[in-house]
Amino acid sequence: MTDLPQKTARKLGLVIDLDTCVGCHACVISCKGWNTENYGAALSDQDPYGADPQGTFLNRVHSFEVQPADGASQTVHFPKSCLHCEDAPCVTVCPTGASYKRVEDGIVLVNENDCIGCGLCAWACPYGARELDQTAGVMKKCTLCVDRIYNENLPEEDREPACVRTCPAGARHFGDFADENSNVSQLTAARGGMDLMPELGTKPVNKYLPPRPKDSGEEIDILAPFLTPISEEPRGFLGWLDKTLGKL
Amino acid sequence: MHPAPSVILFTVLSGLGFGLLAFLGFGSSAASGWPAFAHYFVAFGLAVSGLLASVFHLGNPKNAIKAFSQWRSSWLSREGLLAVAALMVMGAYALAAIFWGTSLKEIGILGALLSLATVFSTSMIYAQLATVPRWNHPLTSGLFLAFSIAGGAFLAGKFCIAIAAFLISGGVQIAAWRFGDRRFAARGSTMESATGLGRIGRVRLFEAPHTGGNYLLNEMVYQVGRKHGHRLRVIALLSGFILPAALLLLSTQLPILILAGGLHCIGIFAARWLFFAEAEHVVGLYYGKR
Repeated sequence: MTDLPQKTARKLGLVIDLDTCVGCHACVISCKGWNTENYGAALSDQDPYGADPQGTFLNRVHSFEVQPADGASQTVHFPKSCLHCEDAPCVTVCPTGASYKRVEDGIVLVNENDCIGCGLCAWACPYGARELDQTAGVMKKCTLCVDRIYNENLPEEDREPACVRTCPAGARHFGDFADENSNVSQLTAARGGMDLMPELGTKPVNKYLPPRPKDSGEEIDILAPFLTPISEEPRGFLGWLDKTLGKL
Repeated sequence: MHPAPSVILFTVLSGLGFGLLAFLGFGSSAASGWPAFAHYFVAFGLAVSGLLASVFHLGNPKNAIKAFSQWRSSWLSREGLLAVAALMVMGAYALAAIFWGTSLKEIGILGALLSLATVFSTSMIYAQLATVPRWNHPLTSGLFLAFSIAGGAFLAGKFCIAIAAFLISGGVQIAAWRFGDRRFAARGSTMESATGLGRIGRVRLFEAPHTGGNYLLNEMVYQVGRKHGHRLRVIALLSGFILPAALLLLSTQLPILILAGGLHCIGIFAARWLFFAEAEHVVGLYYGKR
């Protein structure tokens, strides 16, 4: 049913640290790999070895340049995938009930058996989290690796989303936002985790940690204190020395 | 937004069909027999072909029957149910009118209201989307209903109403364009709010996440050249509303009617193409496109 649950028992989601992400795109590859190389319908690619490749990816990394009022600009790498919103607009617009938010953990999923590929959920998502797979004709989106996090066949340390497991910089974190003491809740509180496009009222669960403030970039000259002039117009002994040396 | 031909056909044809059905339900048809049959045939033909066109837009049509299930939350689902209900009620009304010459007044009014509700529901599919500020306003529903009533009046032979409706529709369209042009900026979604990096400074896209295209760019980041868009707006207004109204004022002879109808269709298709092509989706902010 495409009504949203009033409250979910757990609120699973990601924290993405924009200060740490180096833009390596490893999370993009591991997500594509986990969702393509295993069971289930693959994330397709069209013309992958040709001149105009296009394909379905659930997680993409943008790079933005931010220019402060004064100082040097900063490059911020920006991974973006489904934010598993509390008030997900993609869930309520779905006519078949294929798009739903789980009551037990808040993960937003697509039931591919019911999806008619109308694309309305992709139109409703402000973040571009959903892509229509051109080969399968159904909507694909980040599943928060629901097939990994509860999977008893995987070793303990692999029971987290593929993107989190693979990030070499440790910029991605996975946990339960409903638990105040979880890693994600503590990170969000400590670093001021923010919502994307809060004005649209989607109440995203994934939080982004803003880049930490940087140095202003002024140059520090160690010899400067020693090289400052003692006086512009010397008097006394120094004045006599100055005049004598000038005559030499 | 990418103006998919199937969606344009769907909204235009079903709008005309249900508009005509509304007028027929309110009692505008010939008494019985072949003239009545012609009227209903055109109405049902337009409405059904519009609905069929929408099925061509689907990536996975085999599940299409499930689209009726989520009427509690989804406007698209409600539109499907209302369309079927309107067609069934008007079907009964049509049979009574054609074969028995009876006008079942209450059934007709119910069918007419269901037809208008269907058009309204179609408009809400687009008007509900907060992600397209241009559409996210009651003017969108006003636009769809005005077009539907104008076209329906014309096809039903109610030429006085049609002339007024054409001019009103033209006015609503101009209002929608003027108001819509300012909506994205007024909403306040910027690259800074999309990335949350506004607290540091001005944001621009340094590198896109992919060098090729993708579904998001193809569907939702479609850009119409300003001059091209302006020219199409003029064509839509002239051909869709002003010329047909003027022609109807001159005469209601059949050749003039055919000309007016053809011009109206061209104008409506242009207006609906622009409706989709000029819509700006906020996801474009992530690609530096706004």
